[in-house]
Amino acid sequence: MQKDKASKLMQNIGILLFLTPALVLIGIYIIWPIAMSFNLSMFEWDGISPQKIYVGFNNWKNLLQDTIFWHAFFNNVKFIFLSIIIEMPIAILLAVLLDRGGKKFDAFKSLFYLPMLMSSVAIGVLFKYIYDPQFGLLSGILSFLHLDFLTQDWLGDPKIAFYSVVAVICWQYIPFYMIFFIAALSNIPHELYEAAKIDGATQGQYFWRIELPLLSPSIKTACILSLIGSLKYFDLIYVMTEGGPSNATELMATYMYKNAFASFKMGYGSTIASAMFMIITTAGILAYFATKKKEA
Amino acid sequence: MSSAKEIKKWYFIFLAVWTLIADIPFLFMLFTSIKTQTELLMGNTWQVPKNPTIGNYSTVLHGSFFYYLKNSVIAVSISVVLILIVSSMAAYIFARMKFALNNILYSLIIAGMAIPIHVTLIPIYILTNKIKLYDTIFALIGPYVALSLPMSIFILTEFMREIPIELEEAAKIDGCSMFRLYYNIILPLSRPALITVGIYNGTYLWNEFVFALVLTSSPEKRTLPLGIWDFQARYGSDIPAIMAFLTLSLLPMLIAYILGQDKIIKGMMAGAVKG
Repeated sequence: MQKDKASKLMQNIGILLFLTPALVLIGIYIIWPIAMSFNLSMFEWDGISPQKIYVGFNNWKNLLQDTIFWHAFFNNVKFIFLSIIIEMPIAILLAVLLDRGGKKFDAFKSLFYLPMLMSSVAIGVLFKYIYDPQFGLLSGILSFLHLDFLTQDWLGDPKIAFYSVVAVICWQYIPFYMIFFIAALSNIPHELYEAAKIDGATQGQYFWRIELPLLSPSIKTACILSLIGSLKYFDLIYVMTEGGPSNATELMATYMYKNAFASFKMGYGSTIASAMFMIITTAGILAYFATKKKEA
Repeated sequence: MSSAKEIKKWYFIFLAVWTLIADIPFLFMLFTSIKTQTELLMGNTWQVPKNPTIGNYSTVLHGSFFYYLKNSVIAVSISVVLILIVSSMAAYIFARMKFALNNILYSLIIAGMAIPIHVTLIPIYILTNKIKLYDTIFALIGPYVALSLPMSIFILTEFMREIPIELEEAAKIDGCSMFRLYYNIILPLSRPALITVGIYNGTYLWNEFVFALVLTSSPEKRTLPLGIWDFQARYGSDIPAIMAFLTLSLLPMLIAYILGQDKIIKGMMAGAVKG
């Protein structure tokens, strides 16, 4: 008995020692900041002066009436929608074609992965110059094809800028979802394909009747990933347009960053961050249960 | 049947078109990086350079490129080593030990995977200033490690649960301590998962932008993504030099990819494919 108690104690000390580093780090850099964000949303503060002014729910009231914030939120929603309807079909199509081609098409895979190796910042800078109306690749190609009249100020025109940026993000993420679907397709036994062929199924029938239904759980997961990713997107938009021109490409995250670190409104920035936290968490939970239910 | 062949031909054409879309930006980057400013301004942007020059590369390499590279290597490698140590220790406990709080703590940590990092940005900035780490590489390590923990702990715990328990039980009878079980048995057997977690976090942190943007300010302290950002702000009009900088910044990932294609791809997908 005595010995048992002693070893139990030793084990508990061990558990504590092994968990402490993780719990301390998560406490300092995740849990405390979330609480702190909500706390700071009650203050007006420039981040420097020792005086924080308590304003209660004023920041939240202002947020509800802040047309730029709602514009940014709406951009996030538009962005979710566009990225899903553009990325998923192309990624699925590429994955299916690569899967059918087998080993012969392997070289394509490596070529398709290239955008994944580049950081968002590098992609943003690269495409800033690709979109350049004078020296950019895009206007170069258009003039080569004698389509000069299509050349636009891709990032400078508020009507077009948002779509220009979304196009780049789709270019960046399609390879990611493509690999995701390739992995899912590799779980479909190839005998199924042979059997369908013997039964006289066309390639189109095989796609609609077998591949697509079997991919649907993966498509749902990919859509959730895209949804959450689109709600918190920052890097590439900030690098390419900083949310401009005239807020045309503003997202919640860029608006939060600008308030906190360009205008030094730490309180209001925290309010936006907290709102983002609530929106993303809610969206995540809803998406999780929506897909759970259908599967059951 | 010629129709099957016909169809394959269309597959091939479609994939070839996508190759152009996916890779032409890289050719533009490469070609522009070996042009002179004059050639870029005079010629067609998509043209192959007539008199290739490496002048732009020497401009970049004589600048602060190596500072940024060094900072990235230091910040990412220290972070990844710490992530592996801290998360594998916690995962071992969650996978193997029976105690009252096990499930609750584990679920709470896993829920952390869904947290948008932006909500932590302002408080972490304030904290970093307070503890006088602002504008040092070490400012990045804390958040990098902590924010990577939920996913890493999740992947490692799920993996360790699958390791047969018999080996440990035998060792326990021989009087092996908890630490030695972890170090001599669990860690070596978890190698594949540790590599995946290392690559996942390594590639993610290598490209991390927003914390580096907020927590550092001077060029000598910034990482490669911020280097790109600073460089294009300073040399905005010298497009060939910027393209040389971009090409150089892609090299480390490209080399890593060539050396370990399958592992890199698997690592990058680790966050997405959660079983």
